[in-house]
Amino acid sequence: MYRIVKKETLNPTVVRIEVEAPLVAAKAQPGQFIILRVDEDGERIPLTVAGYDREKGTVTVIFQIVGATTLQLGQLEEGACLCDFAGPLGTATQLDGLKEVCVVGGGVGCAIALPIAKQLHENGCRVTSIIGFRNKDLVILEEEFKACSDDFYLMTDDGSVGEQGNVCAPLNRLFADGKRFDRVITIGPLIMMKFVTEATRATGIPCTVSMNPIMIDGTGMCGGCRLTLTRNGEKITRFACVDGPDFDGYEVDFDEAMRRGGMYREFERHAYERTCRLLNKEEA
Amino acid sequence: MAANMDPCKNPMPTRDARVRAHDFSEVTTGYSEQAALNEALRCLNCKNHPCVTGCPVNIRIPEFIEQVKKGDFEAAYKIIHETSSLPAVCGRVCPQETQCEQHCVRGIKGEPVGIGRLERFVADWHNEHNTEPVERPVPNGHRVAVVGSGPSGLTCAGDLAKKGYAVTVFEALHTAGGVLVYGIPEFRLPKSIVKQEVEHLKALGVDLQTNVIIGRTLTVDELLSEGYEAVYIASGAGLPNFMNIPGESLMGVYSANEFLTRSNLMKAYRQDSTTPVMKGGRVAVVGGGNVAMDAARTALRLGAQEVTIVYRRSLEELPARKEEVEHAKEEGVIFRLLSNPTEILGYENKEDKRDPRNGRVVGMKCVCMELGEPDERGRRRPVEIPDSEFVLPTDTVIMAIGTSPNPLIKTTTPGLEVNRRGGIVITPETGATSVEGVFAGGDAVTGAATVISAMGAGKLAAASIDRYINGQTGAE
Repeated sequence: MYRIVKKETLNPTVVRIEVEAPLVAAKAQPGQFIILRVDEDGERIPLTVAGYDREKGTVTVIFQIVGATTLQLGQLEEGACLCDFAGPLGTATQLDGLKEVCVVGGGVGCAIALPIAKQLHENGCRVTSIIGFRNKDLVILEEEFKACSDDFYLMTDDGSVGEQGNVCAPLNRLFADGKRFDRVITIGPLIMMKFVTEATRATGIPCTVSMNPIMIDGTGMCGGCRLTLTRNGEKITRFACVDGPDFDGYEVDFDEAMRRGGMYREFERHAYERTCRLLNKEEA
Repeated sequence: MAANMDPCKNPMPTRDARVRAHDFSEVTTGYSEQAALNEALRCLNCKNHPCVTGCPVNIRIPEFIEQVKKGDFEAAYKIIHETSSLPAVCGRVCPQETQCEQHCVRGIKGEPVGIGRLERFVADWHNEHNTEPVERPVPNGHRVAVVGSGPSGLTCAGDLAKKGYAVTVFEALHTAGGVLVYGIPEFRLPKSIVKQEVEHLKALGVDLQTNVIIGRTLTVDELLSEGYEAVYIASGAGLPNFMNIPGESLMGVYSANEFLTRSNLMKAYRQDSTTPVMKGGRVAVVGGGNVAMDAARTALRLGAQEVTIVYRRSLEELPARKEEVEHAKEEGVIFRLLSNPTEILGYENKEDKRDPRNGRVVGMKCVCMELGEPDERGRRRPVEIPDSEFVLPTDTVIMAIGTSPNPLIKTTTPGLEVNRRGGIVITPETGATSVEGVFAGGDAVTGAATVISAMGAGKLAAASIDRYINGQTGAE
């Protein structure tokens, strides 16, 4: 069993938990993910590693309450145990040799972008961070980002804090001013990563995106997480769980990935509502 | 007792196709004691027992059948169990018709002895009646790691545990059993049977570690340096193959692995399940192996109105077991043979980009085939018939056309030799890989094959590992 040793609510729907998983903690690197199950009949959900403490043997994940499983997960308090916690899965983000990087995070994706920004900062790389949220209530990890960034931009859709607009606004400005990076690394909603990739394309700067498709086993068995890439004019299929989750943004078919991500939307909505009702009943 | 000279096997009691096609309970219900006795009497106990040579794990078939004739089913079980760790599983999923039963003398004039049915009967009888606790072997002080808890890994672990080895089995998923739990459906192999076999191994002292992915959580090298004297890699088949035709990423296209995993491992087959999977409508399954049959019959049971198997060769070339094909036909699965998909078609509402039906499968374009000249393996090669395209309307497509080996272990084990297709290279006589102390077998070596051949490989590796460790320590 995998005990939750610490739990923190970052905003009304985003929760950070630190979980005892010594084998995973010993190996985890930024960019990798884990798969957990809340209970014996639960679904397997992939969550990207948001931090780890090799000495304590704990791994931190941050999740947004969006569906039945994350709703259930959010109900667990410190001391509770998860049924399964397997990883680290996927390949680590390649950060070696980078001197000047722009990290672009959106929403809960910032939870994954942070360990990358931190690692780059520790490697002596110059880090520009751009993070975006819908409004000020949803902002997470602002101070942590500031601490590891040389330049920092906070964006909100409604301008309730930071600058109003999306993450592409400062990025385009930086590009227009002639700013160049060794790489742009972007993590967040698919639509955001698509626009960041498009904004970067003209500059020719490599653009890494972190894909988070629906998956089951996460170990290279089911093929549910497949993506279509265009490489040298040819369409190829790759699997996010073993070939990713990082991909060259210029190769990814985002529109297809967005459609596939919505495959079970109706089903998920029903499951979420059912879980809500169950939880309400328990409380009553 | 006089031999039973009936040319036909005692029939296997099978549930009505119209009923069973709508639930997940087991299709065949097994012999009664009377039927088992009667079938056992068909065995002539011939001198050179050719059946044994057809068994990948060399079960002493005539000996166990002799015990069935006497009505001593527990003694029969003990004989089977000496060479097979998973009798209740093999009795159900082995292709006996191409193995032991193919060599049976009774098969020359009539049907062979129903060896598989007898094996299943004996194993089920034991599981139902046995109350004896499992005897733990005396530890020999040696440690072995097994990667993967499918049929190959479990067999190897069982054989080594019986010899006194401290065996740890590492499983990447949350449940032990490998393909026996994620792949083979409940109606063909009830999960409770796999669980029983796994519990038996645990009682023998096998340590089972779930949620450990070798190649990620730990590497093979780390296992060796942590004190395991040998490692057996039985990580199974890997990533599903697709046809590389347009439309394979549309919503409603599954690999058989994904579809079956959702239904089996993630329990979508249960009424109360929260695992999403496409149910109902029309389903097309591409491929002709056992996995294709499993996917087709699972789709039917999940509520599909129409299930079609699309296969590019003819009925004779279908690689699936004959019994599975027959069962599928009885249940109403349609066979579109000599047909090959060329494109999967999706819904597209050009007026409304937000139409939720956009990107969902509506049909599959196929072309008719005919059989041409035999290929290098002697199978007649399917050739396209010009201008014979047709569209099969369908809502779901399941690709059951095999798998390619998983890259996780080979990329993280320096010096581990793999072949062009990515399968681990071994010395066939021993199962030894190019890395000292590391052995491999099952689908990770051969690519997708049968449960029993994977078990045979596990058995071979267990014997080799025993010799290897004894050689290392100079003991006998």
